[in-house]
Formats: sequence, structure tokens, C-alpha cells
Amino acid sequence: MTITGIAAIGAGLAAIGAGVGIGKIGGSAMEAMARQPEMHGKIQSSALILAAFVEAVALFGVVVALLQG
Amino acid sequence: MKLINLLRAVYTLILVLTSMTGFASEQKEAAEGEKFDAKEMIMHHVKDAHAFHLFDWNGVPVSLELPIILYDKGLTIFSSGEFHHDDSGKHIVEKNGNKFVKLHEKIYQLNAGETELKLNAEHHPENASKPYDFSITRNVFMMWVSVVFLLIVFITSARKYKNKNYEKSLGIAAFIEPLILFVRDEIARPMIGEKRYKKYMPYLLTVFFFIWINNIFGLIPILNGANLSGNIAFTMVLATFTFIITTFSGNKNYWKHIFWMPGVPVPMKIFLMPIELIGIFTKPISLMIRLFANITAGHIIILALMSLIFIFKTIAVAPVSVAFSLFITIIEIVVTAIQAYIFTILSALYFGMATEEEHH
Repeated sequence: MTITGIAAIGAGLAAIGAGVGIGKIGGSAMEAMARQPEMHGKIQSSALILAAFVEAVALFGVVVALLQG
Repeated sequence: MKLINLLRAVYTLILVLTSMTGFASEQKEAAEGEKFDAKEMIMHHVKDAHAFHLFDWNGVPVSLELPIILYDKGLTIFSSGEFHHDDSGKHIVEKNGNKFVKLHEKIYQLNAGETELKLNAEHHPENASKPYDFSITRNVFMMWVSVVFLLIVFITSARKYKNKNYEKSLGIAAFIEPLILFVRDEIARPMIGEKRYKKYMPYLLTVFFFIWINNIFGLIPILNGANLSGNIAFTMVLATFTFIITTFSGNKNYWKHIFWMPGVPVPMKIFLMPIELIGIFTKPISLMIRLFANITAGHIIILALMSLIFIFKTIAVAPVSVAFSLFITIIEIVVTAIQAYIFTILSALYFGMATEEEHH
């Protein structure tokens, strides 16, 4: 397998990690909003910030894959 | 509920931008017999360039030529049009007795006495040196365009408030005011605190609008070369500003939490110190990578979907790929606002952490 192929697999793995992480954040945020609709705004903004933190780690992986690919 | 106002502004932009997607004029130079290289086309779009390539007309590239400014024991200024769209280092431009060539968007100066560029085994120039390049590239050009645009919008809206009965004729300020209030009430106040947020408002507003407008300019198809917020140097400068402001506004409490964490046993204090020290630097670095990678990835996905047509060489793929790239474009329009929001709110969070008072 060439280095490009391995880089592609790495990008895919990074996507899996981010998918699980953001999925959990989104699911819990939806649940919390359904339980407490009056906290809707606050939950939404903190969910976005948390998603950004999870995404950053995945994007490091994507950048490494881009540099190799 | 202020988020609703932001979303409303985003929705208006969706309407404006999607009406332009029909003109998506990626130059697809898939001439007969020549293999279409998607990677090269995409990288050409994502990277910076010395000229603003708009479109191809009957096989002739139409572009906006930008000035090239070089410094090497003296200033040399000429138009990028003098390279005649050559990017392979073959066309030689002679200025002030020096010979210049352009190879992969880098300008090289041939050594004295050489008549053509020679490449070594790794395709690096052998007989040329690189002068300092201060050119007005397309990213610099687009940055100036966005600066002028923002100045016009904000100076006109600031003038509206000088009028006594300003509520009757707000004009563009009616669009800007809710956004500024959003940054103040949803970002600065909760993150930095009621007492200290005012000092940081100018920076937060500047960063928010500058990133947002550049993200949006990057999505306009005919200006697709303008991938300014997807340029790592640009995001690095913004992240450095956040880093400098955080470091210089850090109070005693902030530094105590880094060097001698209160409330934990002494071995843990020693263990935490290097981690917290590294943390000072990883915060701006992750700001930098996040904005760069998000915007670049968006551009790459849209262009990759468009190049599917030319990879399969059939028009049957076109409806699918156009529909998908339209879908991604709409998501990207939301991402433009979200990334500007996240950069601003994380900057505000770091400022809040740096200025937090000790509480018992």
C-alpha cells in the first residue's frame, strides 16, 4: 500500500472519531433541550463549542493526512 | 434567541449565494488526450497565486493580473501578466538585468549567466535563488477588498447613529446592529464577565466580522481563488493576536493556575506545571488549525465533487455531483458563520480565563 492509501485510511479513521464524538454531543444536547426547553439557547451554544473541540482533534488528523496524501 | 437573528442573516446570505452557484466556473482544462488531474486542479484553487484567474474563454485564460514585488539587493516591480500564464518555469522575464521565472507559484531569480531554469532529480531548481517575495497575491488582494468592504459597511452604519431620529432610517445599520449585539450579549458578556468585557469588544468584533466576511468571499464561485481564511498564515496571525492579548491580560490568578495550581497536592502541582505551560501554546495553535482546516476542507469537498464529472468523463454524473456540491455549499454557508462564531467565542473564553478573579 502506498503512503497515499495509508493517508486516506488515516483521514477516514479521524472522521470516525469525530463522528462518534460529535454524535454523542449532539444527542445529549437534543435530549437536554427536550427536557428543559427554556435552556435551549445556552445548551446550543455550549454544544457548538464542545463540538468545535472534538472537531479540532479530528482536523489535526485530516491535516496530517493532507500533508501525506 | 439572539442566535435566531444570526441564523436569519445566514439565511439571507444563502439566498444570495445560491443564486450565484449556477456560474460555478471552475476552469476544467480537460483537453482531449490530456488526463484530468483532480488533485492538481484542487490544489491550484486552494493555494495562493500571483494572478486572479477568473475563467477560460475559448481556451484562453482570462485573469486579473496583480503586481509582483521582489526584493533582492534592490526592488523589482512588474506585472504577473508578463509570465503569460506560465507556471512551469519556462517563460523568462528580464528586469533590471535579472532573469525571473515562475515555478509552481514561486518566483525564482536565475543565477548570473544562466539562460534557462534547470531542475534537479527532485524537481527543485538548481541554478536559481529565491528573492524575497512581497507580491500582492490574490489573497492579499482579497484581504484588501474585504477590509474596504468592512470599512464602508461599518462607517456608514456608525454614521447613522449620529442622527437624532436614527431609528427611522437605519439602513444597513439595521442589519449590523443585531450582529454586534449578538457578539456583545452572547459571546463577550457570558465568557469574559460583566465587569471586564468592554475592553475586549473591539478585538472580538473585528475578528468575528473579518473572519466571517472572508469565509463568505471564499465561497463566491467566480472568486474561488480567494481562499483567504483557508490560508494557514492568515489564521496564524489571528491566533497570534489572541495569544498575545491572552498572555498580556493574564492576572496573578491566571499565572498561579499555570505554575502552581492551587488546591492539589504538591507532586500534582509539579506534574501539572508542564501540561499547563504547553496548554498556553496549544490553545492558539488549535484556533489556527481549526479555522484553516475547516475552510480548506470545505473548498476541497466542493471542488472534488465538481471534478467527479471530469474524472468519469460523462455528463450522466453531472446532476448528482452538482446536486451534492450545492448541498455542501449550503452547509458551508452555515459553516462560515459557525467558524467565525467559534473563533470569537473561544478567544473570549481565553480572555475570560486570563482575567478571572480569585474566588473562594
